[in-house]
Amino acid sequence: MIAVFGMILGVVLGLIFKPDVPLWMEPYLPIAVVAAMDAVFGALRAYFEGLFSDKVFVVSFISNVVIAALIVFIGDKLGVGAQLSTGVVVVLGIRIFTNVAAIRRHLFHA
Amino acid sequence: MPDEETTFRRRHLAQLRSELESHPEDEDADEASEEAGAAAAPAAGAAPPPGDARARILRSFSRPSGSQVLGAVLVGLLTFAGVTQVRLYGESDTYAGLRQSDLVQALSGLQAAQTKADDEISRLTKTRDRLRNSSDKGTTALEQATRELNTLGILAGTLPAVGPGIRIVVTDTRGQYRVNHLLDGIEELRDAGAEAISINRKVRVVAQTSFADGEGGIEVDGQLLTAPYTLDVIGDPDTLSRALDFPGGFKDDVALDQGTTKVTKLAKVRIDAIRTPSKPTYAQPDS
Repeated sequence: MIAVFGMILGVVLGLIFKPDVPLWMEPYLPIAVVAAMDAVFGALRAYFEGLFSDKVFVVSFISNVVIAALIVFIGDKLGVGAQLSTGVVVVLGIRIFTNVAAIRRHLFHA
Repeated sequence: MPDEETTFRRRHLAQLRSELESHPEDEDADEASEEAGAAAAPAAGAAPPPGDARARILRSFSRPSGSQVLGAVLVGLLTFAGVTQVRLYGESDTYAGLRQSDLVQALSGLQAAQTKADDEISRLTKTRDRLRNSSDKGTTALEQATRELNTLGILAGTLPAVGPGIRIVVTDTRGQYRVNHLLDGIEELRDAGAEAISINRKVRVVAQTSFADGEGGIEVDGQLLTAPYTLDVIGDPDTLSRALDFPGGFKDDVALDQGTTKVTKLAKVRIDAIRTPSKPTYAQPDS
């Protein structure tokens, strides 16, 4: 319930403040957002399974974002940044699908 | 100590196994559990039946807890970043946020396009210069042709002419003025530099003009002209009028034929009589 409020608040704040993203951060922001989405869906699934732990959620959220950004950063340094970020997005996308499928089973038993 | 650890691990494994068995249709449970399961499973014990999910949501609505606040903060962070990224992507131009390699590629593509465009420009410039050149040449040729046309038109009598000159009026009350004398007079005027001559404002005198005696007058180019004869001549007025005066010349000839001559110098003589040019039938240009 509070999470829904947090979501709405985030959208509103983002729309109101229109923050400027630093240039060095621009390639990592989309990856970080996808990684965070993966963490959130994973947490939601864990919550439905009764395994939710706020500590795990925080750690996985932050580590997901940091690792995704790190992979892209290293990829940039190695000259394969575009390919690696595609790969990260694909992997995270698969995980998001899996998590959402589990959530769907829990909610609708289908 | 190692014994304790082993037993713990064994128990953990058994738990995981029972979990897997409780969702046999859930083939991807193991993968997703690396997040939720790995850390939380030992603490939470056996997974609740799936039917609990909706009850859990309802419970979370009725009984908010501290961990929910933390989750809300992180979810808010996610949506904040997501909205920012969406806005950024929507408003950023094509090249913002591109990687260095992408930019290099885009730049080289643009350079190739520029080279192509430069080539095109120089090609078109050359074409334009060539066309302009030829049109200049065409204009010059046209001007020259126009000038020549005017000159020839005056010579051939196809154009009206205007300029300084004299007007000669020959009265011939007795009808004795001979065509030879008129012809001689015209030759003398030509010697004096007459550029255009017309007789009685009707006939333009040119190279092909024919003279013959006619009934009660003189036939010039087949037209019967009667006295008094008016000759309009364009040329230098002084030279022309002097050419008529010498002994045995125009005036003397007229006097010989019992006629009178009146010469007027004019600053502006207008010759409107024109000839229609005839196409040569036998003569061809030989060049």
